[in-house]
Amino acid sequence: MKRVITGAHYGFKDWLAQRVTALLMAIYVVVFIGILLVCPPREFEQWRGLFGNQPMRIATILFFISLFWHAWIGMRDILMDYIESTGLRLGLEIAVVLILSAYVVWAVQILWSI
Amino acid sequence: MIAGQRPKHLNLFKIRLPLPGLVSFLHRISGAGLFLFGWALLYLLQLSLSSAESHAQFTALTGHWLVKLFLIALLWSFLHHFFAGLRFLLLDVHVGYNLAAARATSWAVMIVSLACTAFLGLWLW
Repeated sequence: MKRVITGAHYGFKDWLAQRVTALLMAIYVVVFIGILLVCPPREFEQWRGLFGNQPMRIATILFFISLFWHAWIGMRDILMDYIESTGLRLGLEIAVVLILSAYVVWAVQILWSI
Repeated sequence: MIAGQRPKHLNLFKIRLPLPGLVSFLHRISGAGLFLFGWALLYLLQLSLSSAESHAQFTALTGHWLVKLFLIALLWSFLHHFFAGLRFLLLDVHVGYNLAAARATSWAVMIVSLACTAFLGLWLW
């Protein structure tokens, strides 16, 4: 197989990662909605306490990492389909990776400064 | 260009979509929208969690009708992406594979995500 920059044909790992991250996020979302329904946080302190709880904080950061990984695969697919110029596509893909990496750091900062 | 060469590039203006195709295309649009405005959602999460003062700021900001409309658009994006995504996961394991079922589940995705958006939008307004 001849590999080309930002090409396709060897995407099984990404295909699978997209589905696994999707399932993990779906489980988190359903559990999170369940928590909101069972004990709705009515005030700031309760809302903050919910995310300050260590298991919840770790589950949330895993949710975010899944989200950003999932977003990377999706955005890469979109760019591969519609952007014909290899140089522009590579530039945009780098931008997406940088933005998503910054989001990871930001999400950690939000959750661990509680 | 050699036939079958990858990556393929699609011309959006030459494509006419049947309903399952529309669901798939909206899955794309909604995903891209969520990516493009992810910073806004993270910012709102940060405001809501940092301190009592920032939480008050969060309440004020999300109280504005323009912000509400924007969040409802993102809510629809999320719900459509969620339900269409579940449909794709089922298709991956060959559930709902024939044409009639694929059309029925496409209608279900469209209707359920719009209905949930309307319900949650009105409830949270």
